[in-house]
Amino acid sequence: MASVEFSLIPFLAWLVSLLAVPAIILLGKKPDAREGITFLAAIVKFGLVLLMLPLVREGKILHFSFGEIIEGIPIEFRVDGLGILFAIVASSLWILTSLYALGYMRSLKEHDQTRFFACFALSLSATIGVAFAGNLLTLYIFYEILSLSTYPLVTHHGDKEARSGGRTYLSHLLGTSVAFVLPAMIYCYWKKGGDINFTDGSLLTTDLGSGAGLIVLLAFTFGFAKNGLMPFHSWLPNAMVAPTPVSALLHAVAVVKVGVFCVIRVFTGVFGIELLEKLDIAIVVSWIAAFTVITSSLIALSQNNLKRRLAFSTIGQLSYIILGVSLLSPLGVTGSILHVAMHAFGKITLFFCAGAIYVAMHKKYVSELVGIGRKMPITMTAFAIGSLSVIGLPFTGGLVSKWYLVMGTVEVLPEGTLDHGKIALLVVFLVSSILNACYFLPIVYRAFFCRPEESLYEGGRQEAPLACLIPLCITALLSVISFFNPGLFIELAGLISNK
Amino acid sequence: MTDHLPILLLLFPLFGSLICVLLGKNNAAHSWVVAMISLGGSALLSLLMLIKVLGLKLGDFRYRMGGWPESSSYEVGIELRVDVLACLIVLAVMIVGFLNTIYSKTRVSAEVGEKGSFFYALIQLLIVGLCGIIMTNDAFNLYVLIEITSLTSYALIAMGNRRAALSSFNYVIMGTIGASFYLLGVGYLYIKTGTLNIDDIHNYLRSENLWASQSIVVAFILIMLGVWTKMAFFPLHGWLPNAYSYAPSMTGTFMAPLMTKVMVYVMIRVMLWLFGSDFVYSPESIWSELIIWMAVVAIVAGSFLALARNDIKKMLTYLIIAEVGYMVGGAWLGNLNGQAGAFYHILSDAAMTFCLFIAASIVIIRTGESRLNAFDDLFRKMPITMIGFTIGGLSMIGLPPTCGFFSKWYLIKGGVEAGQWEFVVALLFSSLINAVIFFKIFERAYFGKIKGIKEEVTVQDRDTIPAGGIKSVPLSMLIPLCVGSLSILIIGIMNKNIFSWITKALEMVNG
Repeated sequence: MASVEFSLIPFLAWLVSLLAVPAIILLGKKPDAREGITFLAAIVKFGLVLLMLPLVREGKILHFSFGEIIEGIPIEFRVDGLGILFAIVASSLWILTSLYALGYMRSLKEHDQTRFFACFALSLSATIGVAFAGNLLTLYIFYEILSLSTYPLVTHHGDKEARSGGRTYLSHLLGTSVAFVLPAMIYCYWKKGGDINFTDGSLLTTDLGSGAGLIVLLAFTFGFAKNGLMPFHSWLPNAMVAPTPVSALLHAVAVVKVGVFCVIRVFTGVFGIELLEKLDIAIVVSWIAAFTVITSSLIALSQNNLKRRLAFSTIGQLSYIILGVSLLSPLGVTGSILHVAMHAFGKITLFFCAGAIYVAMHKKYVSELVGIGRKMPITMTAFAIGSLSVIGLPFTGGLVSKWYLVMGTVEVLPEGTLDHGKIALLVVFLVSSILNACYFLPIVYRAFFCRPEESLYEGGRQEAPLACLIPLCITALLSVISFFNPGLFIELAGLISNK
Repeated sequence: MTDHLPILLLLFPLFGSLICVLLGKNNAAHSWVVAMISLGGSALLSLLMLIKVLGLKLGDFRYRMGGWPESSSYEVGIELRVDVLACLIVLAVMIVGFLNTIYSKTRVSAEVGEKGSFFYALIQLLIVGLCGIIMTNDAFNLYVLIEITSLTSYALIAMGNRRAALSSFNYVIMGTIGASFYLLGVGYLYIKTGTLNIDDIHNYLRSENLWASQSIVVAFILIMLGVWTKMAFFPLHGWLPNAYSYAPSMTGTFMAPLMTKVMVYVMIRVMLWLFGSDFVYSPESIWSELIIWMAVVAIVAGSFLALARNDIKKMLTYLIIAEVGYMVGGAWLGNLNGQAGAFYHILSDAAMTFCLFIAASIVIIRTGESRLNAFDDLFRKMPITMIGFTIGGLSMIGLPPTCGFFSKWYLIKGGVEAGQWEFVVALLFSSLINAVIFFKIFERAYFGKIKGIKEEVTVQDRDTIPAGGIKSVPLSMLIPLCVGSLSILIIGIMNKNIFSWITKALEMVNG
């Protein structure tokens, strides 16, 4: 059993990006100092998260409480393996995204950059708040703050398209959380008769019937609509009107991963794997996720706008994670948690590339990318690596998590036979991988290997500015490194799934 | 000294009111000073009273008016009864009254002209009436005090613009019918029990076991109908939207947050103290189920009607009607969480309605436009006003850490506990509609005018408000707004303490 230890570090890690917000606003007139604050906050935050890592690996749970707000429910942070893994991914990528955003926003001479960076810092605080949340209410509060603080980012351009995108964004995210999560949370609170923290596995007592259990489970799974599960997925493609750094960090990493993170918490911390096995209801979620995986991949095939194609790909990959955890096997849960990290590195690379192409060439459609490989070789190489990772091919981290996910489906039952329903889900994984390859590889292929007369580009190399180029090289590299060195992530994932 | 607190805090505004009348016409400035002193003093006294009551073991104390001794056989004296619940609402009334007086400083001469001192006289009298309603322990005095508040509010509303007179008349008719129902109900009770003291009636009903008596049931229904009319419980709400939106702005900002809420408190008093929970929630009666459904209808209808309004104040008044549904439903759930949630919502709704009405009034005054397009681009032009409005709006939607979230939390918990799922769904539904209503406004205020769509512009000076127009909004309007929006957050963050006080007081009466 993990020992709980009081620590200020989770609070400080949360606070540092919050403090950056007023500093950024005050320094709004001096862009260099303002971005300096962003970098400082990002690096300090990452440092603080790393500081907690050894303690968590020893099996400790770091605890910090702001004090009780409702009878029995404090606002509290509890840092465990899952939380720290997510925090590492989000805070490390924030540093890279800040650099990237600097290059992107300045090259395009975007307006209201102060607001942009301030909201970015605020949403990172909310993300860390979700990662460390020790109970449902804390999770819910930071989840809502994240929705609200990313709204100005999504609608940054302020035109009609941005407005309607923002409207879809808020109505889906706020609407589902208020309509589904809030009552489900209060139901848990009432059922448990007080405390609703995640530590003791099961918030719901075992006298829960299958019917009520299924309703609560679905309320949570659909309620955390940031996870992009169909039919509440359409906010994500619409949010692609945002500037690319936002799409990269928030809609490939922070916001969407908060959605699946919440679902993993619900499965492992609210219900507990044992109770779900007993009630035998997770299979419903599995099939909804499987449907989303296949459907979104098919839709992605038909998208010509590169960012929209990436968005639908994200929807599919998020459902991998939900599918993995709903298998209820230790390997599946491990795979899900790994996929949170692995997909983050791959997908953020792809978004960075899409943004770099836009900055350098002002192109945003897939059909316009024929022959771009010779013009922007570094960017397109990184794009190729990112694609491999999302498809799950060697030598990228995507293979590792996909391996665990697939192994989760073929786990042998006690009687020595295989579960046929789960074998069907194995097929879903494989078909979807083929579809992923279908919508990514042609882009890469035509970018590099087209006949000279087909190429839409001429002249020498013309890459995006260095501030854009460096981050995407690093994230591509991270995708490769995480293939050869996944040990840390597997260990942290194991802290949850082997409990 | 502290034993006399209940009467002292009534005397301040009562005498203040008389002084204001004596000051006569064209003397608004002096009347303002008188009102500030009397309400400020009363606010302090009610804070003292809250502290005193929190220290009491039994949780309540009585004040015998005129020192009449208690007699065991035949009650002649009348008394005031103060517990934590009464203290909290009296404090809310006093604070809102005080802040509203600050707000009214620049508005009085603009909106009611030479009748300024009479405005202050009436509003202080109204406050006396409201506090009396909250504290009295006598069913007939309750009627008299309700009439005092009604008469003063008819006059206050009628001071407004051209259309105010008609809406005030409408209110007179509805209000009189409601009060008559209430009086008729009290008449039945007096015939049956021979006393008017609330505790005595309750004890008599209990000891003689009169629960099954037809006349008691009729009395209960009549009183409920009367109270519902007064609190604008759907479908008895017809008088409210016009009355509150055509009244002078400083009348609206005072009455909207308090009048309906105080009547909700009267309903809870009548249900739990006068008749008793055994009678009200008795399993044989069908009315619990029926009234919760009525509350559901009130919530849904209020939300939809608010959504359909393009006039800022009208929209807010329909939201009040939906919120009344919250509280009636909560009180009738029949469990502690529901009752305490309804009571907590009285406080939080008072804070957020006050905040929204003040902000809306400022917006309407500054832009000269009473429709929603007044909000175009206001985040840039009037940032502080919009922040206040945003906090109020988020609280209406029910996002943490505003008090609106916590009152929804307790009400939903009560609904889940009672198994009244239709009430839970209605609450969530109204949250969503509120989200649509307010985000529509936030979007306007954040982005400015939608380009390409030509909107009818009735006012010329709208675009002349300079960016950061804060300097042109007088401090006397901003202070109440800021205090109001802060109190939304404070009530929210302190919900655990407030809620435990409320439950303690309610546990005592529920037995």
